[in-house]
Amino acid sequence: MASVALPGQLPRLRLDPWMCLFLVLLLGFGLIVLYSATEQNVGMVWRQAVRLGLGLGVMLVLAHLPPRLLQIWAPWLYVAAVALLLATVLFGVGRGAQRWLDLGVVRFQPSEAMKIALPLMLAAWFARRPLPPGWLALGFSLLLIGLPVGLIMLQPDLGTAVLVGASGATILFLAGLRWRLILAVGAAGLAALPVLWLNLHAYQKSRVLTFINPERDPLGQGWNIIQSKIAVGSGGLTGKGWTQGSQSHLEFLPEPHTDFIFSVLAEEFGFIGVVAVLALYAAIVLRGLHMASACRDSFGRLLSGALVMMFFLYLVVNVAMVSGLLPVVGVPLPLVSYGGTSAVSLLAGFGLIMGLYSRRRFMS
Amino acid sequence: MNRPSRYQPVRDEQAELALIARRFRVLIVLVLALLLALGWRYGHLQLGAHEQFAARADENRIRLRALAPNRGLILDRHGRVLAENRPAYRLVIIPERTQGLEQTLETLSGLVEISEDEQRRFEQQRLRSRRFQSIPIKSNLTEDQVARLAIERHRLHGVEIEPYLTRHYPHGELLAHVVGYIGRIDARDLARLDRDQYRATTHVGKTGIERHYEHRLHGSAGLERVETNAQGRVLRVLERVDPAPGENLRLTLDLELQQTAVEALGQRAGAVVLLDVATGEVLALVSHPGFDPNLFVHGISQTDYNRLLNDPQRPLFNRFLSGGYEPGSTVKPMIALAGLDAGHVTPSTRVFSRGWFQLPGHSRRYRDWRREGHGWVDLELALAESVNVYFYQLAVDLGIDRISRELALFGFGRATGLDLPGEQNGVLPTRSWKRATFGEPWFPGETVITGIGQGFTVVTPMQLAHATAILAGRGHTAPPSLVGGLQPVQMVVHDEAHWAAVFKGMEAVMHGPSGTARSVARQVPGRWAGKTGTAQVFGLPTDADGNQRRDQSELPEHLRNHALFVGFAPLDEPRVAISVVAEHGGGGASVAAPVAAAVLGRALELGY
Repeated sequence: MASVALPGQLPRLRLDPWMCLFLVLLLGFGLIVLYSATEQNVGMVWRQAVRLGLGLGVMLVLAHLPPRLLQIWAPWLYVAAVALLLATVLFGVGRGAQRWLDLGVVRFQPSEAMKIALPLMLAAWFARRPLPPGWLALGFSLLLIGLPVGLIMLQPDLGTAVLVGASGATILFLAGLRWRLILAVGAAGLAALPVLWLNLHAYQKSRVLTFINPERDPLGQGWNIIQSKIAVGSGGLTGKGWTQGSQSHLEFLPEPHTDFIFSVLAEEFGFIGVVAVLALYAAIVLRGLHMASACRDSFGRLLSGALVMMFFLYLVVNVAMVSGLLPVVGVPLPLVSYGGTSAVSLLAGFGLIMGLYSRRRFMS
Repeated sequence: MNRPSRYQPVRDEQAELALIARRFRVLIVLVLALLLALGWRYGHLQLGAHEQFAARADENRIRLRALAPNRGLILDRHGRVLAENRPAYRLVIIPERTQGLEQTLETLSGLVEISEDEQRRFEQQRLRSRRFQSIPIKSNLTEDQVARLAIERHRLHGVEIEPYLTRHYPHGELLAHVVGYIGRIDARDLARLDRDQYRATTHVGKTGIERHYEHRLHGSAGLERVETNAQGRVLRVLERVDPAPGENLRLTLDLELQQTAVEALGQRAGAVVLLDVATGEVLALVSHPGFDPNLFVHGISQTDYNRLLNDPQRPLFNRFLSGGYEPGSTVKPMIALAGLDAGHVTPSTRVFSRGWFQLPGHSRRYRDWRREGHGWVDLELALAESVNVYFYQLAVDLGIDRISRELALFGFGRATGLDLPGEQNGVLPTRSWKRATFGEPWFPGETVITGIGQGFTVVTPMQLAHATAILAGRGHTAPPSLVGGLQPVQMVVHDEAHWAAVFKGMEAVMHGPSGTARSVARQVPGRWAGKTGTAQVFGLPTDADGNQRRDQSELPEHLRNHALFVGFAPLDEPRVAISVVAEHGGGGASVAAPVAAAVLGRALELGY
C-alpha cells in the first residue's frame, strides 16, 4: 500500500488510507450504536462525536511527528506519566477506586497516558540495543513495566493494569524474548496465581467468583453478566433492529453505552452485526500489524506492534467479557464505548502507527 | 540510531528482521485464533442458544399483572343490600415523587391523623415496593379529610388521593354474625387461597357468609400482560383480560324479620333462629348483641377491639353457631315422641306428680319446677305445664340409649351443616360418649335429668331451631341454609297419631288454660305451638337434688338461668319454626317466649 501522495507542493499527508477508512467506518458505526445505547440522546452522541473529532486531530498531529523526536521524548513522557500516576494514587478522585485526576478544567485518567508512554519508552529502550535483548536490558525493561503496572493496580484498576502490562509484554515478545523464557514465565505466572488471588481486593475476588458462576449472585454481581448474555443470545441471527433491543432499553443491561455497548450491538444487529464489526476490527488489527512489521527500524516495529496489540486486547477483553468468557473488568469497547480518554489515546496510537509506517523503507 | 552512545553493540540487521517477522506471524495467528474463538462464542450464544435466551429476554420484559375483580353484593331475600362496595378514597404516596419522604409524612400528619398502625403498615409495604409504586397510607378518608388534602395539594408532591371500592355493611351490627366481614389478606389466608386468583385482591372474607361463600363472591381475577423495565415499571399494556366480578349472593334472610328479632331481644343477650319448615331456609338469624363489622374492614383499632373483647355481653361471640346451651325442657316433645313410639306411654297415660321423683333404691329427689307438684297429668298437660316428673319416669322407662337415638334423629350432637363457618356440634350424651369423655360408665340418675334436657346435653340455638323444624314438619324438612335450594328429606319417622299428640301438647303450652307460655299466645294470629325451657347456668350452688334452690329473681343477672323457647306456626300446617335463647333471662316463658311470639307473628303477617 502506498501512502497518499498529494499532488503539488503540499507536504506529504502521512496517513494510511486503508487504516483511515476502517477507522472511520468503525467510528461511524460506533456512533450509530451509541445513539441507540444512550436512549437516542443526541446530546451524548454529539459530545462523543466531538471527542472523536478531537482524537482524530491528535491522530493527525502525531502522524506527522518525526519518529526521532518521539524517541528522544520517550523517557520524559514516561517519567511524566509515572508522576501523574503517583499523583493519582495520592490525590485522585473517583468512586471506590482513585482513577481520575481533577485538573480543574478536565478530569482525565493518567493511566490512559501510560498506555502510550510505556510502549514508547520500551520501544525506545530496545531500539538502541541488539535484539534479542541481553539479560541486563531485559531486567531494566521489566522494571520499566512493573512500576506503572504496580501504580495502576494500586488505584486499583485491574483492567487497565492488564492492558498496560500486556503492551509491555508484546514489546518483549516482539523484541525476541526466547520461547524458553516465555514458557518459564508462563509457568511461573500460573504458579503465582494463588499468591495473586490472596492479594486481590475483595471486590476483585467476588468479581472473579461471580464470573465463574454468575448464578451465585443473579441479582447482584451476576446480574450484569446474565443480562448481557441474555441480550446477546436473544439477538439471534439478525437482531431485534436498531433501537429495538428490549434488554438494552428496558434497563436490564447495565452500562449499555459504555462497557456493555457490544451487547447492545449484538442484541440489535444480531450475529450478522457481530461478525461484521469483528471483521472490521480484524481488518484494523491485521492492517495495523502489517504496517508495524513494515516499519524501517525496530523502534517503529516494536512501538506499532505494541499499540496494535493493545488495541486488539481491548477488543478481546471487552467482547469476551460481555459474552461471559471473561470476568467483568471494566474495559471499554475500543473506539465505540462512550467516553473520551480511551478513544483519544487509542487514536493517538494510530497516529503514531501511521506516522511510523509512512517513513518505512520501500523495498525495491 | 541517530544519537551517538558510549558503546554501539554489533547488530545483525538481517537476523533481527527475520526474528521480528517470525514474531509478527505468531501474533497474526494469535489474533486470528482469538477472533475465531470470539466468533464461535457469539455463534453459540446467538444461534445455538438463541431460543433459550430469547425466552429469557421475554420473561424479563413481559410481566403478568393481575386485576382484582369487584366483589359480589350480598342481598336479603327481597334484594335489600346487606353488603355493598362503596366508593371511598385513600391516601397514597409515591416515594419517588416526594421531595423527601420524611418531610412529606410530617406534613401529612399535620393534615390528617395517621395512626401508628397505619404508619407501620406503610413502612412495611414501602420496603417491599419500588420507589415508583404508589403505597396506601390511609384508607377510607372522610369527606372532610379529602377536602383538607385537596386544598393543600400544591405542596404535597408525590401524594395522591385515590378512589377505590371498599366493602360496606349498611346494617352494621344487625347482621354482623351472619354476613361476617372481609379483612386484609394475611399469611394464614394466603395458605388456603389460590394465589393466582388473589394476586391483586387485598381483602378476603374472614367470617360469616363473606368467608363461606368467598369463592362465589370473589369473582375471577383479570390479567394484564405488561411490558416492564428492569425495575418493574410498567411501560405499556400488551394485552388485557378483564376480571369477572363476583356473584351477587341473595340470602334467604328477611331483613325485616331480622330487625324484629333484634328489637324483641332488646337489651338482652341471646340468639334467635327462624327457619322455613319446608325448605330449611333461614329467615332470621340473630346473635345479639352484634358488633359493627365495618370496623374490621380497614383493620380494627386496638381500642375498639379491646372494647368489644371486654364487653360483658360478648358481642363478638356467635351465639347461634357456637353458643352451647342446655336444651332444658325444650327436649320434652322429643322424649315424648320416643316414649309414644316405644309404647311406654300413650297420649292418655296418666302420671301422678307430687313434686318430686325418686329412683327406686335411691334417696335423691328430682324436683318438679312447681314445688307442690302437678297432680295427675297426661301427655298434653305434661307438655303444657312442663311436668318434670312425667318425663323423669318416661326417661327411666326409655333408658339412655333410646333417648340418645331419638335426640340424634333430631340432629343433636352434630352440626346442622348451615353454610357458615364455625358451627359447633354440641353434645349428645350416650354411654360411649360418657366413657370416652370421663372414663366412667353411665349412671341411672343421669338418664333421669337427660329426660328434661339437663345434665350433659348441649345444643346450639341453630340445632334447636333445626330440631324444631323437624318436629314442625313431622320429621320432614330440608337442611338449614342461608341461600336455600336444598331438598327436603324425611329425617324422623313416627306414627301420625304420635305427632298429633305431641303437637297437641305444644299447642296447649300456648293456648291451654295452664300453658307455660299462654300469656304470649295472642301475639301470633291463629293457633300455634311452642315449648319453654330453662338452661342452667353452671357453677351455681345446688342442693342435694341438683336443683338450684334460690329464686332466680334474687340472683344477680349474670348468674340467672338462660331462658329458652322453641315453637312453630301455624299449628295445622307449620311453615315457620323458631328457637330463642335469652341469656340470663330466668324462665323461658317470661323472656324467651315473647321474643318468639313477636318474630313468629311478624313472619305470619309478612305471609310466610
